Amino acid sequence: MLAKEIERAGIPTVFVTALPTVATMIGVNRNVHAPAITHPFGLDGSERRRIVERGMEMLQADVTPTTVWEVA
Amino acid sequence: MVKAVHYLNQFFAGLGAEEAAETEPTRLDGAVGPGRGLQAQLDGVEIAATVACGDDYFAEHEDEALDRLLALIEAEQPAVLVAGPAFGSGRYGYACARVVAAAAERGIPAVTAMHPENPGAGAAGRALVVPTQVNVAGMREALPVLGRLASALAAGRELGSPDEEGYLPRGFRRNRFAEQPGAVRAIDLLLAKLGGEVRSEVAAGFDRVPPPAPVQDLGTALLALVTEAGCVPQGNPDRLPTIRARGWLRYPLEGVESLSPEAYESVHGGFDVTLANEDPNRLVPLDTVRALEREGRIARLHDAFYTTTGNGTPVESATRFGREIAAELRDAGVQAVLLSGT
Repeated sequence: MLAKEIERAGIPTVFVTALPTVATMIGVNRNVHAPAITHPFGLDGSERRRIVERGMEMLQADVTPTTVWEVA
Repeated sequence: MVKAVHYLNQFFAGLGAEEAAETEPTRLDGAVGPGRGLQAQLDGVEIAATVACGDDYFAEHEDEALDRLLALIEAEQPAVLVAGPAFGSGRYGYACARVVAAAAERGIPAVTAMHPENPGAGAAGRALVVPTQVNVAGMREALPVLGRLASALAAGRELGSPDEEGYLPRGFRRNRFAEQPGAVRAIDLLLAKLGGEVRSEVAAGFDRVPPPAPVQDLGTALLALVTEAGCVPQGNPDRLPTIRARGWLRYPLEGVESLSPEAYESVHGGFDVTLANEDPNRLVPLDTVRALEREGRIARLHDAFYTTTGNGTPVESATRFGREIAAELRDAGVQAVLLSGT
């Protein structure tokens, strides 16, 4: 819900979550699929970097509503 | 002739701009500033008083400001309260929304006006919200609608649907007789859909927000970090709850390059925080974002991060937190957000 309200204020927001199905159900638009509930931004620095970079890519991309991107 | 009260922020009330944002709740006689234009659009209603409050004062003393403003408003015994228009101003829109919602709860019909994406737009409770343009260029367009609705509320006239009257839907259902039976209407919708036009009589459970336009270039953007994973300074000094959070917190990031396990922890009661407490950057990726900032991949990281515990939070509360945080981010000029959830 936080993501939606920030989006509603016009600020592109990427939600990094291990539960993208819930996120799309409630209507969050830009979602990156996190590796786990316990560590949404990965375990180590290199995994973290990949997740953040994917998020940055999504912030700069046009998306159709409620889209989920995986991280390579 | 019945009475109205008009709520304005410090700027529109002519008390000063940002330097007057700490103005305490105050009362002015009659119509002030845009209230004069509004008065010309009112029918059978006279603006007896204007109450004003600084945007920052309201944000920082919400409950107290609300109490004081309501006392000032109720003293006039108005038939209607009008707030704004606030256009795109986040703090102002939020204050307008809270004031009209509270007034409506106490039996004073109320209407405000702001851009539909204003964080206050969904926080007005039973009060009406008139959609406006994002900035003050929309004043001329907004005042007639605001005046008409305020006059209708003051007269106790029953309102038509949001589409008919020009206010934002509030989610209420009213029974009325349809001209045609459901079966006929359903076939009409199907035929329209086959022709490429999608219409619905019923809105889906969760509303949809159109995705904001992408950031053109993060290298020139101000990015903020937000989390609902309950990340807080070690010891949880402000006592963020582990579940059913009543609010959110903001912590400074100036000079902080990484979230160390000595200085930060997670108090989220809905997942095992062991891994997060070994390295809080796993929840709020500060170390990585700082590296990207040094590399020029993002222009700047916002000097604070926002945190709450997204555990057992009612939709209504989460929505309110989101609106409040959004208002601050907007006022700070944040252009992009990375939000971590669990």
